[in-house]
Amino acid sequence: MFKITTLGYNLKQGIKTLFKSKGYSLAAVATMTACIFMFGIFYFVITNLQNMMENAEKTVGITVFFNDNLTYDRIVEIGDEIKSDVRVLKIEYKSAEETWAEYKEKYLSPELAETFGNDNPLENSASYTVYTTNVDYQSSVTAAIRNIEGVRQVNSAESLTETLQSINRGVTYVSFALILLLLAIATFLISITISMGVSAHREEISIMKLIGATDYFVRGPYIVEGLFIGVIGSIIPIVLLRLSYDKLTQVITERFSSSFEMLTFLPASTLFKALIPLSLLIGIGISFLGSYLTLNRELRRID
Amino acid sequence: MAYDVEKDAGRKIDAPVIMFENVSKSYQKNMPALKNVSFEIRKGEFVFIVGASGSGKSTLIKLITREIKANKGKVFINGRDIGRLFRGKIARYRRGIGVVFQDFRLLPDLNVYENVAFAQRVIEAPAKEIPNRVAKALAIVGLSDKQKSFPDQLSGGEQQRVAVARALINNPTLLLADEPTGNLDPSNTREIMKLLEEVNRRGTTVVVVTHNREMVNSMQKRVIKMDRGQIVSDASKGGYRYV
Repeated sequence: MFKITTLGYNLKQGIKTLFKSKGYSLAAVATMTACIFMFGIFYFVITNLQNMMENAEKTVGITVFFNDNLTYDRIVEIGDEIKSDVRVLKIEYKSAEETWAEYKEKYLSPELAETFGNDNPLENSASYTVYTTNVDYQSSVTAAIRNIEGVRQVNSAESLTETLQSINRGVTYVSFALILLLLAIATFLISITISMGVSAHREEISIMKLIGATDYFVRGPYIVEGLFIGVIGSIIPIVLLRLSYDKLTQVITERFSSSFEMLTFLPASTLFKALIPLSLLIGIGISFLGSYLTLNRELRRID
Repeated sequence: MAYDVEKDAGRKIDAPVIMFENVSKSYQKNMPALKNVSFEIRKGEFVFIVGASGSGKSTLIKLITREIKANKGKVFINGRDIGRLFRGKIARYRRGIGVVFQDFRLLPDLNVYENVAFAQRVIEAPAKEIPNRVAKALAIVGLSDKQKSFPDQLSGGEQQRVAVARALINNPTLLLADEPTGNLDPSNTREIMKLLEEVNRRGTTVVVVTHNREMVNSMQKRVIKMDRGQIVSDASKGGYRYV
């Protein structure tokens, strides 16, 4: 158990060691900065992509058509039955008249539309558009609606949702793999930095151990040094990412929003609320783990 | 608070401070550094361990400080078999032993006061008691006026005095000195040996490893002579002669 004086000693020595081995410390801070910066970039990409996917999924609905000459009351009943399913988020009704009006506006010239007069060639095209709470429920909800009496046809965009889901999964897996790789590299480099620090102070450590210093006491300053590297190496990329996020999203939106409708970005405040503690946790965690494990190994060599 | 080796050993007052029982140690196969060594050193003794290079003196010291473990036999310090010490207990065990080296092993970035105080910091002694204890230790070695000097500003003899003060500050029951005068001129050698005798008079058991014949012969203390990993003679008020 550390006493307050020992804690003070460790802090003082840790800072001293940090400045004494400036070269190693700078290299470790730079590595940590690069890793957390990359982590931040991947975090932006994953979070924004997931958000875009979720938005896109929300616009993918199931369209339900009814048997010919079904009464409006029965259509309302069918609507209530669909709404009672907990997997259903909302339903929107579109009458045959609305469908025809929309069709005319979208696909027919005014002259051609006028030739139809008051006739509605889509008079059996009243429909519900059903949105599920989660895109994964689309196929099961579609099957359930098909069994309702009075339902003629159910169209779902299963292939589109499957594509969106697989893109989402792919991006998440690749990003996680890359993040893990970066974290492993950072841990390795921190370990090398601490190993070099210990080698440079081998004589001092052996004296400390011969006069009765416990491993905890010897480890203290190096752990503090590692934690400082972790904190500094996390703060720098957070600041850099915060300064560049708005500018970057603005440039991307200006260039590509006309080609990709679903290109929308989360506000910086939402992203950084999670990214700041996450980056600090990773930075401090990696440096603590890296220095602790390395010191355990190195101190066994100096007995 | 210094580690009380005797208390830890269960107050075996009559037990020797150091007892080797048929101890062998090899670093490489078929090249023993120590062969079946047995001896005892009792509380309050002043003992020289002598022998040529490679005779096993340093191995003996390393076994006592538990830097290495014996391959065969047992090493008892204050009645405790230190071969059975858990790794986590070694640091506390060492606090009961003061060690002085030929090359002084002072920390070059710390001044005299800080070097001695460091031994107290390491054992997490109460901060407010450290200045007083350091002052006393430096007074014993006669360096009260050099507290602010750094090791490279001191003579070899003075550096060794600082090392002795550092070894004494935790009130060890045993002081090991490995070639303490190896880097010193005759005048400083005499001063350091006088200092070690004084430490011994105050009740600390002192073991000095050396091959300085003149010094050993002049002091008339117990002499354990080693040759090729074995004890070849053990004489009270002995000498160290050419064979």
